[in-house]
Amino acid sequence: MSAERPGGRLRTGLAGVREAFGAPGLILAASFLGFGSLVRESDLSVWVGLATTVLVWALPGQVVMVETYAVGASLLVVAAAVALTNARLLPMTVTLLPWLRRPGTPAWKLYLAGHFVAVTAWANSMRIVPTLPEHQRLVWFFSFAATLWLMSIAGTAVGFFLAGAVPQPVTLALVFLNPVYFLLLLIGDLTQRPRTVALVAGAVLGPVFHLIDPDWGLLLTGLVAGTVGFAAGRGRPGTAATARVEPADD
Amino acid sequence: MTEAWIPWIVVLIAAAVTYFSRGLGVLAGGRIDPSGPLFEWVSCVAYALLAGLVSRMILLPQGPLADAPLAVRLAGVAVALVAFYASGRNLLAGIGAGLVCLALLTILV
Repeated sequence: MSAERPGGRLRTGLAGVREAFGAPGLILAASFLGFGSLVRESDLSVWVGLATTVLVWALPGQVVMVETYAVGASLLVVAAAVALTNARLLPMTVTLLPWLRRPGTPAWKLYLAGHFVAVTAWANSMRIVPTLPEHQRLVWFFSFAATLWLMSIAGTAVGFFLAGAVPQPVTLALVFLNPVYFLLLLIGDLTQRPRTVALVAGAVLGPVFHLIDPDWGLLLTGLVAGTVGFAAGRGRPGTAATARVEPADD
Repeated sequence: MTEAWIPWIVVLIAAAVTYFSRGLGVLAGGRIDPSGPLFEWVSCVAYALLAGLVSRMILLPQGPLADAPLAVRLAGVAVALVAFYASGRNLLAGIGAGLVCLALLTILV
């Protein structure tokens, strides 16, 4: 971070934009290529795909939405599966917002900032925002997160059109992008017993429950395997105290 | 679900339930403990759901990925994992290697 002068809002904003073009932002944009391709291959329009990235902007929930919709799940199941996948945004918002709030900050700015809490934006902001002077934090966060958001929207559009323009093996690879990306993120983050158990149980139950009932399968996988993992960590002193908030999975 | 407006309802519902978590997080501010048992459970459910989805997308894919044989998909995953760890957990290296492997094997097989 460069040293900021009074009135250096533009400079702060540009620093946020520059940060967004680092490795995490580029990986994020690439992962949205996969989402755009998935949207096309699920026979949804580019407008639906773009609206999803604009309004939801949390990749795991978006992929869950498209996949549950594609298997013909009811609206209730889609809503519950997306809500559970994205409920992790609540603790993330709770931990980030105190760093952005100052006396006199209008509430609408904070509620708008809430929309920009997603894993990549959150993880990098938690690292950088506390190092900034208080008056620069909100400006930096908005410029950083909104740039990531715009990159994600662009990635969605490019992925959609690429999937229709490239040879079939490349389209396959693009659709393959999200499962591989999530897989590496999930296993790269296996440090706690409850989440490890939840992950293994989920990986086993996911296909099994899907074969039994494609509509409810994914939702039940999350609830059953997640509760099993959670129970596996109960009664073990220190688990809650060492629990990390960040789920590094999108 | 063939009518054109249904995907839009799905998107709006997804957006609403997603913003619900974010908005509640803003509202709660620092007044709730994000390391408590409720959030640990939520986190476990999210992990399990995502793991279940990834596993299903690889083993029982819908759409075009079903055209690639299971062995090819598993080879892609294996190559991604090897490249990920061999590169010191570099995500781009892992993803890139897995995708290239899948595309090449699809052409060859």
